[in-house]
Amino acid sequence: MTGDLPRWVDLGLLPLANLAAALLISSLVVLAIGIDPRAALAILVHGAVGYPEAWGYTLYYATNFVFTGLAVAVAFHAGLFNIGGEGQAYVAGLGATLVCLGLDALPGFVVVPLAILAAAAFGAAWGAIPGWLQARRGSHVVITTIMFNFLAAALMTYLLSNVLLDPTYGSPETRRFAPHATMWTFSELAARLGFQAPRSPLNAATLLALAAAAFVWVYVWRTRAGYALRTVGASEQAARYAGIDPARTVIVAMAISGALAGLMPVNEVMGSQQRMVLAFTGGYGFVGIAVALMGRNHPVGVCLAALLFGALYQGGSDLAFEISTINRDLVIVIQGLVILFCGALENMFRPALAAFFSRAKAPA
Amino acid sequence: MMDDALAQAVSLLASTLRLAVPLVLAALAGLFAERSGVVDIGLEGKMLAAAFASAAVAHVSGSPWMGLTAAVAVSCALAGVHAYACVTQRGNQVVAGMAINVLAAGTTVVLAYAWFNEGGNTPALPDPARFRAIELPLAAALSGVPVLGRIYAGVVSGHNILVYAAAMLVPLVSFVVFRTRFGLRLRAVGENPHAVDTAGISVSWLRYRAMFACGALCGIAGAYLSTAQGAAFQREMTAGRGFLALAALIFGKWMPVPAVLACLLFAFADALQGRLQGVELPGIGVVPVQAIQAMPYLLTVLLLAGFVGRAVAPKASGVPYAKEK
Repeated sequence: MTGDLPRWVDLGLLPLANLAAALLISSLVVLAIGIDPRAALAILVHGAVGYPEAWGYTLYYATNFVFTGLAVAVAFHAGLFNIGGEGQAYVAGLGATLVCLGLDALPGFVVVPLAILAAAAFGAAWGAIPGWLQARRGSHVVITTIMFNFLAAALMTYLLSNVLLDPTYGSPETRRFAPHATMWTFSELAARLGFQAPRSPLNAATLLALAAAAFVWVYVWRTRAGYALRTVGASEQAARYAGIDPARTVIVAMAISGALAGLMPVNEVMGSQQRMVLAFTGGYGFVGIAVALMGRNHPVGVCLAALLFGALYQGGSDLAFEISTINRDLVIVIQGLVILFCGALENMFRPALAAFFSRAKAPA
Repeated sequence: MMDDALAQAVSLLASTLRLAVPLVLAALAGLFAERSGVVDIGLEGKMLAAAFASAAVAHVSGSPWMGLTAAVAVSCALAGVHAYACVTQRGNQVVAGMAINVLAAGTTVVLAYAWFNEGGNTPALPDPARFRAIELPLAAALSGVPVLGRIYAGVVSGHNILVYAAAMLVPLVSFVVFRTRFGLRLRAVGENPHAVDTAGISVSWLRYRAMFACGALCGIAGAYLSTAQGAAFQREMTAGRGFLALAALIFGKWMPVPAVLACLLFAFADALQGRLQGVELPGIGVVPVQAIQAMPYLLTVLLLAGFVGRAVAPKASGVPYAKEK
């Protein structure tokens, strides 16, 4: 299917056409509630990138989406569809929280890395179990990860409202982490370096997200294990002939995917909230699906798509603030349409583009 | 004491039935989709969109029947999009289902927020705009009869019409799937679309029809939530019922009656959980609500993994069909 189009069309124009279709339908929804889409877009863009604080928030949201997007992408290369990022991130928050609260007698340079490792490990475990169930017991990873999202929600609601709860608050949340057991915020970092940065939840987890993207690129395209992963994703039969153990590869892929989703709370819990609150994942795990689909499961694409969604989330908040009849959930509409057009309907424009370019190539 | 226990049992069973209805309808909807070879994780979204459509239209028109019609129309439209993506475009079925879910979650709230100005919900419906409880004949007269009369009056009678409709749809769907030509072809196309195609029957058209049946049933389920059981649309009001129905469908091994029994089991657990809150059970202690909520999901995971029985999906489900040229 990829051979019939020039590379730049396949990787550039086609995704842009899909995105344009998604945005076009979104603007129809905006029209349906009686608002000029062009005015809405102007406010959204200004809200996302128009002033320094906006950039901070945009990048902070984008960081969450890089993690969850990479998680979906890695699983996808192994032929797996991991819808469980939400649950993996939620359980990973528990790992981070336990370390940040339990070991805060230790100095920051010990607690913080330990907490990051714990988050990744908890996320990896919550991803590896569905992987194991598919590889060894034959249950489908899609259904199992959906079920694991609900199991994670039940488990975490129980723990947060019975065990980890700080009784001085009315709502189910833990006590605040000690200041040294959190991620450095960007404004703190800037202050140390002697200049002033606007206040925002942007923190050092953004650097971790970039490192994670680099790791994914190296792992998937430059290592033996990554080769095995892609081979299993392309054809399990071929992988077996090549001496690759598909079961093992599936479990490892799901563990890595879970670990990546599990890094999301490093940004959200350890960086932004600095405590764990109920349902802190806020649907960001599902945004990862849209991000991975839009980014064509490539780390660079994932980072760009995450940036776009970060801008949508931040700009969407400003939009909801400026226009009283618009609600933040407009971003969810756009997210759904992106999943539809960049995912399920990704090849809708392909025949038309292919016809156009084959005619252009061979003039009569 | 005996009387008290009976009253408790009657109210527990009645609420089990009420809670089971949306699950039953959604599970039957999923049955059509999955038997035809389309994996449908978008039951949740179709139900949610239908719930909004029926509450909104019932509010404006004052008629629950208009609401129901709108619910079925909206849900079928989404099913049509789903079918177009999965059948015509041969897109990834799971991704398409996910798109429907996210789209419905966002659009319902955005429209409700803008149109009704109640923070993403629709206004509370007055009684005439809802499906109300129906007293079956002789219910009052028989309620004096010990046990059976009480059960008739308390469990069988006194539901709204959609509850009875759901009860009648179970044998109807069973009949359609197992005793009609359409049903035979439906089951065949989910197992071996090549054979169906070879017989000169259109795989796509069959799957489209299955998806519209799925949409219609999800539409009724959504209308039930917002205009029969509830009296307004609330954001995210399906609260995972679409996935629970999917679990019940798997649990029932893609067969109507076992799937409905699974729905009843899950609904019973749901009805029980409210009553067990904070109650000390002998030998166990207080069971956390979340443990009961998690049970259906845990059971499904165990079942799919073959730890308790084995569930095998229709063979072609999840696989887009490409006609050989």
